[in-house]
Amino acid sequence: MLNSDAFDLRKYVSRNSQSVAVWIALFALIAFGLLRYDNFGGAYNVSSFLNYNSMFIVISMGMCFVIITGGIDLSVGSVAAFTSVVAAYLSPYGLEVALPLAVLVGVAFGALNAFCIIVLRIPPFIATLATMLGAKGGALVISGASTIAVDWGSNFTRMGMEKVFNLFPWSIVIVAIVGVFLWIILETTSLGRTILAIGGGEDASTLMGLKVNRAKALVYLISGGCAGLAGVILASGFGAGQPLEGIAWELSAIASVVVGGTLLTGGLGSIPATVAGALLLGLVFNILNFENGRGTISFSAYWQMVIRGGFLFAVILFQSRMTKGRKAKGATA
Amino acid sequence: MTTLLEMNAIRKAFNGVAALSGASIAIERGEVHALIGQNGAGKSTMIKVLTGVYHRDGGTILFNGAESVLTTPREAQATGIATIYQELNLVPLRSVTENVMLGYEPKRLGTFINWREAHRRTREILMRFGIDIDVKMPLGSYSTAIQQLVAIARAVSLDAKLVIMDEPTSSLDASEVKVLFGVVRGLRDAGVSVLYVSHFLDELFEICDRVTTMRDGQTVGCVKLAETTKLELIAGMLGRDPDEIAQAGMTEFGGGAAKQGEVLLTAQDIATGPRLSKFDMTLHRGEIVGLGGLLGAGRTEAARALFGVDALTRGKITLKGAGAPNSPAEAIRAGLGFLTEDRKAEGIIPGMSVRENLTLALLPKLTRNGQIDRARERQLVQKYIDALGIKTADMEQPIRELSGGNQQKVLLARWLANEPDILILDEPTRGVDVGAKREIQMIIRDYVDRGFGVVLISSEFEELVEGADRIVVLNEGRSIGELKNPGITEHKLVQALAHTDEVTA
Ligand SMILES: Nc1ncnc2c1ncn2[C@@H]1O[C@H](COP(=O)(O)OP(=O)(O)OP(=O)(O)O)[C@@H](O)[C@H]1O
Ligand SMILES: [Mg+2]
Repeated sequence: MLNSDAFDLRKYVSRNSQSVAVWIALFALIAFGLLRYDNFGGAYNVSSFLNYNSMFIVISMGMCFVIITGGIDLSVGSVAAFTSVVAAYLSPYGLEVALPLAVLVGVAFGALNAFCIIVLRIPPFIATLATMLGAKGGALVISGASTIAVDWGSNFTRMGMEKVFNLFPWSIVIVAIVGVFLWIILETTSLGRTILAIGGGEDASTLMGLKVNRAKALVYLISGGCAGLAGVILASGFGAGQPLEGIAWELSAIASVVVGGTLLTGGLGSIPATVAGALLLGLVFNILNFENGRGTISFSAYWQMVIRGGFLFAVILFQSRMTKGRKAKGATA
Repeated sequence: MTTLLEMNAIRKAFNGVAALSGASIAIERGEVHALIGQNGAGKSTMIKVLTGVYHRDGGTILFNGAESVLTTPREAQATGIATIYQELNLVPLRSVTENVMLGYEPKRLGTFINWREAHRRTREILMRFGIDIDVKMPLGSYSTAIQQLVAIARAVSLDAKLVIMDEPTSSLDASEVKVLFGVVRGLRDAGVSVLYVSHFLDELFEICDRVTTMRDGQTVGCVKLAETTKLELIAGMLGRDPDEIAQAGMTEFGGGAAKQGEVLLTAQDIATGPRLSKFDMTLHRGEIVGLGGLLGAGRTEAARALFGVDALTRGKITLKGAGAPNSPAEAIRAGLGFLTEDRKAEGIIPGMSVRENLTLALLPKLTRNGQIDRARERQLVQKYIDALGIKTADMEQPIRELSGGNQQKVLLARWLANEPDILILDEPTRGVDVGAKREIQMIIRDYVDRGFGVVLISSEFEELVEGADRIVVLNEGRSIGELKNPGITEHKLVQALAHTDEVTA
């Protein structure tokens, strides 16, 4: 859209076929929810849904950057848990202190990942796995393995509790701003194009004279920062630092990114589609809760996971069907 | 001061094996300078040492009057060296525009890429090469030739003092080569120097001023092209006596000698789409059938149809008396093999060894009682390394470390070792040096003499004319005639191509 002279929907769809599936599924699910459940579109549901899912949206966006370069960041969940504790400890100084410092701690974990991957040349999977374990242990150590209550007297909890237009919690507003920022970076700056090019061919990018290492490092810093922000939202939303949270968050993030059409091997990906992917995964839970609320059928938490897995599979299948034609050879002989 | 670049006594070894041992080259300003040598002589390594991809073990480099201490390709670009590497340095998933503009995108407010301007400039740059394509499409959706031209366009647009082209014409046809030469002359007239690596010696005489010859990592000479002959160049590359080579001659290889066996394959009036609308051919055992035509004539499409990649919309293929394959997997089971023109897509597995790459498709045949017969595997691999003259430290060397021409030989060996009844070869000698080219042509002849059939596609008329027993001539997706050896000359082939209008009318 941003890179089109004149917008032509048909061309846009054909060029972005890999992310069309997620939008269709998302709108279908929203429509389904609105038609079937009375309070689905109500202010309460919308704002609590957005508040809770803002954490997943933000780590998914960071993950999207990493995956586009062909890497992976398994440490995001643990880092979020760690920074939620940090944020809780800093909460007496107010949001304006706790938020940036906690994000900075996340960035520091990202820097550690970047150092291991770029300087020590450890594969991303292993390097971020080590950071994941380290951050998890660290979170338990600094918290004494218990939740750390935030200071309700400061403005810290306003982030999750106070709403703009009585609808949008500050958490989602901040995440939205971050998202637009990341989107602009990816679509309109050299850095963004370099990140995409690296995933499409790291050697080629080096030979083209692109600043490959710098871009790769930034991607892990961004992912770490996003995880840090998720930790702040976690602490403010639940009123406590949660050293035990964050388990399997990296997997949901990867799922959101993939459902959004980003190639796991890198080189292709989009921030809006990743957000749509995260919303979609959240919505499946939301709708199952409503379904349970109607009392007709009741899905246990385990069944909910199974259903979510099945739904994910269906969307990805649909997506690969749609992109098949694109991979086939085009143009001249 | 007219010398732009001076590389002196360059040394470079990989894991103790010397790739360069005292190589030198000097390039004047505004000169088109050729660099030639056999596969593995060290041409690409020399270039990569210059552009900072590899760090030299010894020697000096003077560029533009100053000692050069480049450590990354980026610095090389910044000092005015633009390079088209042999293995295309492009990102197929990204758009054409991105591939041309990456790192040099026009900006608004110094930050935001001005896409409209980027697309416009890309279109303008490509127009100089006579290419008019949708620049927003992923580069990978275009042919190898277009991709190669895009790589060239990018390098030329970088406003460099020296443009390096490592085998730029390997995937181009005659008309595209002509366009490229026009661009090269334009660069020269603007005072830009060009370093030109190619195995097509005739090209050099047309476009280059001087030529440096390398052999086994060393420079063996530098002469003006006006003062030398093709024979002398070949002799220099191979390190042999010119007379000896002239005697060995260009005779042993020749089409038309084949005894035709039973019919292996027929294609009757087949079509797969707009780019292959009417194609007929027959292939017998013991025969090499060439497909002749210009780029876009439908040669590759014909091969894809025979191999079951593209579904037929019309017509009939008969394979050894039975029906046609519906997929490549079926085709392989039915005894077909297809060496595609795109080395990377064809499936070199870069990190795996020469041995593994060569026997990948062969493992079922090498398996005894569920175990791979290692001794036989090694024996077989060694046989092909010797037969094709593959230059490798040993068979366990990762294939990505081989020179471009040697990688191509491994791929060819993979198919030959598989012994399909019908082997389709799309540009089998791309990037292969003159010496090895003859060897390969002989091996192909040998192969059909053992009772197999080969379909040969080549943009080099010489290779077709000398190699094929018959040539099916294609134009705009239609087979329009057939030439039979002995008796085909390049002239006749060109005529057949030129008279297409009358024939089709
Ligand atoms: N990265 C590497 N690691 C190990 N050996 C290498 C590497 N790159 C090149 N070589 C070796 O160096 C030698 C010279 O290779 P180079 O690619 O320079 O040859 P070339 O003259 O360009 O040949 P071609 O005509 O086939 O492209 C070869 O023997 C090759 O195997
Ligand atoms: Mg080379």
